[in-house]
Amino acid sequence: MSSSSPITQDTQPVIQCNSVYKIFGDNAKKMLQASKGNVDAKVFQDAGCIVGVNNASFEVPKGDLLVVMGLSGSGKSTLLRCASRLTDATAGQIFIDGEDLLAMSNKRLIELRRNKMGMVFQSFALLPHKTVLENIAFPLQVKGINTHESIKRAKDMVDLVGLDGRENYFPRELSGGQQQRVGIARSLAVEPDIWFLDEPFSALDPLIRKEMQDEFMRLQGVLNKTILFVTHDFDEALRLADRIAIMKDGIIEQLDTPANIVLNPATEYVRKFTEEVPREKVLRIESVMDPVDTSEVLSDLKVSKDAIIETVAEAVLGQEKPVAVIGADNQVVGAVHSSKVIHVLFGSRAGTENRN
Amino acid sequence: MCCLAAGLERKIGIDSRIMNQLTNHPKLIQFIGLLVIFSLLCFFIAPSETNVLWRFPSLLAGLPYLINDSVEYLMFDWWPIQVYDPEIEEFEEKPLILQVTRAISASILFLIGLIREIILGGFKTIVTFTSWDFVSENKWARWPALPWTVVAGGAILLGYKLQGKGLAMLAGFSTIYLAVFGQWEPSMQTLSFVLFAAPVSFILGLTLGIWAYKNRNVELTLNPFLNVMQIMPHFSYLVPVMVFFGIGDHAGAIATIIFATPPMVRLTVLGLKRVSPEVLEAGMMSGCSNFQLMYKVLIPTARRDLLIGVNQVIMQCLAMAVIASFIGAKGLGFNLLLSLNGLRIGEAIEQGICIVLIAVVLDRLSLAWANKKTDYFAELTFIKRHKYSLLFLVILVAGSVLAYVGTFIFREGYNYLYIVPHNKGITIKDTLQNGVDWIWDTFFFALKGFNVFLIQEILMPMKAAYLSMPVAATLVLTMGVGYIIGGIRSAAIVGGFILFIALTEWWDRALITMYLMSFAVIVASIIGVTVGTLCAQNAYTAKFILLVCDTFQTFPSFIYLIPVIMLFGVTDTSVCIAVIVYATVPATRYTVEGLRSVSPDLHDAGSMSGVNRLQRWIKIELPMSFPHMALGVNQTVVFALSMVIIGAMIGTDDLGQYILKALSDKNGTGNGLTLGLCVAFIGLAVDQVIRTWANERKKVLGLA
Ligand SMILES: Nc1ncnc2c1ncn2[C@@H]1O[C@H](COP(=O)(O)OP(=O)(O)OP(=O)(O)O)[C@@H](O)[C@H]1O
Ligand SMILES: [Mg+2]
Repeated sequence: MSSSSPITQDTQPVIQCNSVYKIFGDNAKKMLQASKGNVDAKVFQDAGCIVGVNNASFEVPKGDLLVVMGLSGSGKSTLLRCASRLTDATAGQIFIDGEDLLAMSNKRLIELRRNKMGMVFQSFALLPHKTVLENIAFPLQVKGINTHESIKRAKDMVDLVGLDGRENYFPRELSGGQQQRVGIARSLAVEPDIWFLDEPFSALDPLIRKEMQDEFMRLQGVLNKTILFVTHDFDEALRLADRIAIMKDGIIEQLDTPANIVLNPATEYVRKFTEEVPREKVLRIESVMDPVDTSEVLSDLKVSKDAIIETVAEAVLGQEKPVAVIGADNQVVGAVHSSKVIHVLFGSRAGTENRN
Repeated sequence: MCCLAAGLERKIGIDSRIMNQLTNHPKLIQFIGLLVIFSLLCFFIAPSETNVLWRFPSLLAGLPYLINDSVEYLMFDWWPIQVYDPEIEEFEEKPLILQVTRAISASILFLIGLIREIILGGFKTIVTFTSWDFVSENKWARWPALPWTVVAGGAILLGYKLQGKGLAMLAGFSTIYLAVFGQWEPSMQTLSFVLFAAPVSFILGLTLGIWAYKNRNVELTLNPFLNVMQIMPHFSYLVPVMVFFGIGDHAGAIATIIFATPPMVRLTVLGLKRVSPEVLEAGMMSGCSNFQLMYKVLIPTARRDLLIGVNQVIMQCLAMAVIASFIGAKGLGFNLLLSLNGLRIGEAIEQGICIVLIAVVLDRLSLAWANKKTDYFAELTFIKRHKYSLLFLVILVAGSVLAYVGTFIFREGYNYLYIVPHNKGITIKDTLQNGVDWIWDTFFFALKGFNVFLIQEILMPMKAAYLSMPVAATLVLTMGVGYIIGGIRSAAIVGGFILFIALTEWWDRALITMYLMSFAVIVASIIGVTVGTLCAQNAYTAKFILLVCDTFQTFPSFIYLIPVIMLFGVTDTSVCIAVIVYATVPATRYTVEGLRSVSPDLHDAGSMSGVNRLQRWIKIELPMSFPHMALGVNQTVVFALSMVIIGAMIGTDDLGQYILKALSDKNGTGNGLTLGLCVAFIGLAVDQVIRTWANERKKVLGLA
């Protein structure tokens, strides 16, 4: 997931949303038809309708991680719940692996959820009457897998998320981080292809959150699932995302790679949103790299051209000589000078002014 | 001169303070205005039978007859069907409802009989499947009773399994008491009654609750019925049931089920609604079908509330089982009723203790069950997994052997190791009776003095005051209070309830009920709030008093009559004191809960700003917990009402007495139901006002 996968792939996207609307209220459908797709939240609100999602279109290719960001109430959860059909979208089309989600029968939907989808919730949503092991085994047992088999599988999941020794604890006996591990393990138990996560780490304190994010990255490195990840924490988004969708009042304002969102904000709102984001957290070494100059003596240290600057800055600045930059095939493709890195780290204000 | 001016100034100061108070609290002015109007009305409306404003004409007097006629029509004329009568060997025309109720009665009787025979032995069940001849020919075809030792052992085992030694000891002590004191048979009759009615009420309540949860219209339809049913006095259920189902155990069981179901419905809906939407969604995302969602996610997650519902159902069943003795349900209640009627207090105490023991044990067992944790994954061997079933088997065999041995020991007479026959155990009723007589003799003058004082100085004047209110004034007063607190809506609701009562022919009776109730509620609230506040001061006393409240709440209301009759005989004082004691329980409980729920942050904030304990109580805790306490007062009203009605047993002249009369009246249905509605409406009117107010306050305080 570290490498940004191409947006256009010849294969079919796993999740595809076309002009999805979700409007809460009694006569939402009628109002939407009358407005012909041009939804103004204010007008709708006066009519007693609340706009959750407004004309959202996006695709998530296989193995990609799309982060949905926005302030509280911007419709992130609603979008996610539309994509998993926990609520029915008011209008629009949603395809899961090319199959029309909204046209699915209840039976097919259950089948899909039993085999293809997993979801992690902000407040964990564990079943209070079941132990860790039972909670994780629950989706399997719902599917009809026998107790022995499902418990065995759940045990593997427990090991995967590092909860061994606590199988027989009840949720109330666990810390928040541990509970969320259970939530993650439960959502993974059926080995879903699609993974929905709704602010999975928001309820955790910063230290545990960092730990859980690392854990999540490790898992995703192994599992490589197609992911829709909701958060309102930009740092988190930058750490995890292949692409980021920024939402405001139900509208997707911009959907792009982290670097593009920071460097080329599409709207004023996105610019404000990303203003405070430190560049070194989004820029890759590639963008400050100079062409190879054969006369120069390079240090022994080598960094990948895809490395985020922040992660390698300390090492680069520790070198007296310029640092070699290597490509995917381990060939040296350029060199990075500490002056450039310093500029990104400390001269970002100047950079912002320039852009203005 | 100077002094005078200063005095005047001070007076003006005070006046302006009062003015300030008034302008800051517009409702205060409204209340004062209301009271003035009320007094004026009272003053000017002349008490005469012809004055419409003094007593409304009883326009609804025909209602009971209408109900009677419709019931009669339903029972005997509506929808005739052809039924085959084996005796005259041809088809006969019979009304549908009668057939249905008969069928229901028969099956219920059979089931209760079955449970009874499992515990107490008998042959009716076998007769049902064979014939009387078969049973009299084959002496073996008689179901043996479970020896009491087995039941006692089973109870101990269950107590131990569910909670541990303490509960095991309680269960053991209670069952052995029942046996040793020769109350085994009536106790088991009562128990079998509960064992039948409780599961039925549970299933019925759960089903209705689920339905209401899934369908908003059902919920909206059910709500008013549940409201009325929960406040209707026990007695008023008995009359219609008697008409439809006759007299006997089955009728008692049906009344019990009707009475015990509403709280289960309530708790089911409440519990299901409280399940967090995310848990529900997690269930959906796990791929649950609708059925799995209900039975694997929703119901288990709402388990706590549902099990509290089970507890409630059991308690209600037991309470009603006692009262159902009025329509012929056998068991402890019936015997207690006889003892009380004959003023055999010693015997009544013995039977009362049995009921209380059964209540406490059932309550504790069901609560322990509700709170039990299970360890699913301990690797267990067969023996360990079935430890308790096996142990019970051992007890069964041992008890049977013991009973068999008993036949040799007690060659003559009764086999005490098998069943202790009714009234053939130890009894201390004479001692108790002597004790009661002693108390009576010793404290005769003190008690009598108190009794006379209370009746002459307080109760009689209060009653007279209530009765001297013109109905128009009462209506204005209640509606006014409703308006000030909850606006037009509340005023209309309260007015509707009161008007209904005023238009029946029992307005005076209702006033007497109200007077008894309000007297008891006032005293109970004062006692409850005081005791509650004192006990809430630290965690231990708070816990202790809650435990006491819990225990008192498990006693069927009937029981409270025993000690008061013992002390004060058959007088209004007895009723009042029973009602007060009974109603103090919720007042105390809600006070403690309210005060304890004030957040510790506020305590600290208070302490930091240097308030002392008393100030803290007055300025912080009391206002914060007042809404919750108000709900307690609400409960107090409900409890008081139900007890006032039961007090009719002792002999009052209020609505309860008339309901009791309706029980022995052939055409009592209409009267019974209408009277029941009157009582319920009094409760609902109070409920409307207090609840609206409490919710408002909670919103203001940010507690809701
Ligand atoms: N069931 C509902 N009925 C009515 N309105 C709703 C419902 N669910 C969400 N909304 C509204 O839709 C809008 C978007 O809500 P949503 O929960 O998707 O926000 P969010 O971006 O997830 O916020 P947060 O970060 O707080 O979780 C909000 O204005 C919310 O009030
Ligand atoms: Mg959300």
